[in-house]
Amino acid sequence: MIAIADSPINIQECIDAAQSERAGAVDVFIGTVRNHNKDKSVVRLEFETYDSMAVKKMQELADEAQVRWNTEKIVMVHRKGVLSIGDVAVVIAVATPHRAASFEACKWLIDTLKQVVPIWKKEVYDNGEEWLEAHA
Amino acid sequence: MKYTIALFGITKEIVGNSSTTLEVSDTLTTDGLLTLLRAEYPPLASIRSLLLAVNNEYAEQDLVLSERDEIALIPPVSGG
Repeated sequence: MIAIADSPINIQECIDAAQSERAGAVDVFIGTVRNHNKDKSVVRLEFETYDSMAVKKMQELADEAQVRWNTEKIVMVHRKGVLSIGDVAVVIAVATPHRAASFEACKWLIDTLKQVVPIWKKEVYDNGEEWLEAHA
Repeated sequence: MKYTIALFGITKEIVGNSSTTLEVSDTLTTDGLLTLLRAEYPPLASIRSLLLAVNNEYAEQDLVLSERDEIALIPPVSGG
């Protein structure tokens, strides 16, 4: 399951979708909205996504992870829209026969998602806002 | 040639629209289109990097663009 979601992500559904009788491990990463960044107080986040390309790129990452770590199932779901503190922004669940591969694949998937998937995060503060990573 | 470029994040805010169009007499490459966009919207120069996606794939600098391509301007991504 690979998706961009415009409503709250159901974490249990993601885990259920990743489970496989051939898997002895499901590693789950849950990215949440925190209330600060560096010294700034964050009020909310806004995620914008290029849906068609984001899904394509996430599928490519899942395909590559499947080959590299011989995964059984991979779930990647990322939110878009306005999120409040504590909301779930992204869930990645990776099922593999043994646990080491699921940890490694899951870490690589979230690290690489942040680098290549066309999703943009705007932080809104009590006294301003900023698109992250936009400026040097 | 008339190119339509989808905009996201900070580039959408700079241009003030979710897409923009460029009408030119010659066919453009990725680099050529980026140069024209920067000339038309100078604040784009302040962005750390700008890539072009063509048909949902990051495009090489010398890719020749067709009017029928789905083109998007990609500022630095920040998902997760």
